[in-house]
Amino acid sequence: MATAVMTTLDPNSRSAARGMSDLTIRNLFIIPTIVFLIVFNIFPLLYSLGYSFTDFRASSPAPANFVGLQNYRELLNDPFIWSNFAITAKYVIVSVVGQVIVGFGVALLLNRDIPLKGLLTTLLLLPMMLSMAVVGLFWKLLYDPSWGVINYALGLGNFEWLSNPDMALYAVAITDIWMWSPFVMLLSLAGLSAVPKHLYEAAAIDRAGSFYTFFRITLPLVAPILMIAIIFRTMEAFKTFDLAYILTSQPTTEVISIRLYKMAFQEWQTGRSCALAYIVLIMVLAITNIYVKYLNKVKER
Amino acid sequence: MAAVRTSSEIGFNRVAIVAVLLVTIIFLAPIYWIASTAFKPRNLATTIPPTVVFQPEISPFVKLFTKRSQLRSAPTPEEYAAAPWWERVVFDGGEKIVRDGKGQVQWSGYPSRFMNSLIVAITSTVLAVGMGTFTAYGFSRFKVKGEADLLFFILSTRMLPPVVVAIPMFLMYRAVGLNDTHWGLIILYTAFNLSFSVWLMKGFMDEIPKEYEEAALVDGYTRMEAFFKIVLPEAATGIAATAVFCFITAWNEYAFALIMTNRRAQTAPPFIPSQVGSGLPDWTVIAAGTFLFLLPVAIFTFLLRNHLLRGMSFGAIRK
Repeated sequence: MATAVMTTLDPNSRSAARGMSDLTIRNLFIIPTIVFLIVFNIFPLLYSLGYSFTDFRASSPAPANFVGLQNYRELLNDPFIWSNFAITAKYVIVSVVGQVIVGFGVALLLNRDIPLKGLLTTLLLLPMMLSMAVVGLFWKLLYDPSWGVINYALGLGNFEWLSNPDMALYAVAITDIWMWSPFVMLLSLAGLSAVPKHLYEAAAIDRAGSFYTFFRITLPLVAPILMIAIIFRTMEAFKTFDLAYILTSQPTTEVISIRLYKMAFQEWQTGRSCALAYIVLIMVLAITNIYVKYLNKVKER
Repeated sequence: MAAVRTSSEIGFNRVAIVAVLLVTIIFLAPIYWIASTAFKPRNLATTIPPTVVFQPEISPFVKLFTKRSQLRSAPTPEEYAAAPWWERVVFDGGEKIVRDGKGQVQWSGYPSRFMNSLIVAITSTVLAVGMGTFTAYGFSRFKVKGEADLLFFILSTRMLPPVVVAIPMFLMYRAVGLNDTHWGLIILYTAFNLSFSVWLMKGFMDEIPKEYEEAALVDGYTRMEAFFKIVLPEAATGIAATAVFCFITAWNEYAFALIMTNRRAQTAPPFIPSQVGSGLPDWTVIAAGTFLFLLPVAIFTFLLRNHLLRGMSFGAIRK
């Protein structure tokens, strides 16, 4: 990739008589970044691609043996891995749907003249800026069955959140919804404020109901930006690690990143974990591809 | 909407305002709870009903910074009187501060983790924003073959799940001795933030009119001089906003830090949860550590409020 940049001649470049030519400057500015990313992101991935075809264990001095596609075959036939993917899918759905409902809902409420609107918006955005791991940890106290504020406020008695295998994943998702609804809200607000006012005025003159106005004017115009928020949050929820790892250790909350972490750094099945990492990577890149297409689409508007 | 306003609309507006206030209170409640627990005496941190009104104390912060041990017997009145105020608050909690043979107070693990966080976050931010600014200018002003593909490649490195990257990086770092070092984390965070910084800075660069530099070039500036003297000052706000975003990302990062460090270079995010062992944790100390850790981010969020949208959408939505 770097060579492609170097060899392309820019037809518009005015080769300045003094100083460096534009071409030199362009390469000087761009190539280090590309090289840095190749060395520290792409090269490691090639390295682990190699290991994914071996039975290597980083905890043992035994040399790696080439096993071909065995790791991939075993992983794809392992019902436990599929259940990790199922847990991840459930988490993604609960958490993203929750974020869209709360985030878009609050954005609709905020999209009007409200005293101190700027301050309220900034305050609402605070949770998403904080460290998931550190703030997530504190939710352990909030969820505590005996003295947690949540049970007290909702009058739930000694309801078990995190130690209940059926509830734990929802508890993690609720914390995630709390942290990331502000993100959906932020993007939705941008979409809502970009809807031309005259469309609403025209609808009012036609005596269109608020239901009709919402579904025929507001939603279609906000949809592209909302899509960006949804795809981005889907990708992040798919990769989720910090919150679930910190909050619980239930088998029912073992999302794919946690399985991968345990396989690599607790069970030291290095070769196998590299193979699993590749399966995850391909899924993430597929979502990224969709995401970037949408980003560019919205940018062009 | 403003043109025709019925009374029911005004009524709905009032309801909406009340709802917004309620939502804000609910969203801020966990953060308030962290802040208030950080100033509570230990016995009030876990009570039913929860303690809302109390005499604030500084003792959680004293405990956060010092190594302590259980008091076997209550201190004598002389010991108590001789102790400085910050040691007395620890006595009151039934503990004493551990001192070495020379009577020096022993620090807890927190201050060094906080310092590690600062070192790693600041250095990686400077590197990522520095490189990112140059690269963004390159993409913004010059024709680059396969520009869209290169930009996609750059962004996709940001989207890689940390654990996926961490497995090979761990092995490579182990081979060259970078595990549990500042540089090990700095490199990872720089790579992680670099793509973000390129995307965001490209947006800011695109907004600076080309004519500014072209006028300077006509006036006899070299391209480099034009970049440093004309473009960089114009891009200052964008650089600052990008830097704050990169800092916050590095400051908050957990997974890489958990895997790549264990003591010497450990940052605060993996350290703070590690204090919650088995048994009853002292939530006031955890809250104090959390409070100090969140404070810079909260301040930055307010400074950054007008750029949040842009940063969170990788520069795609500019308002």
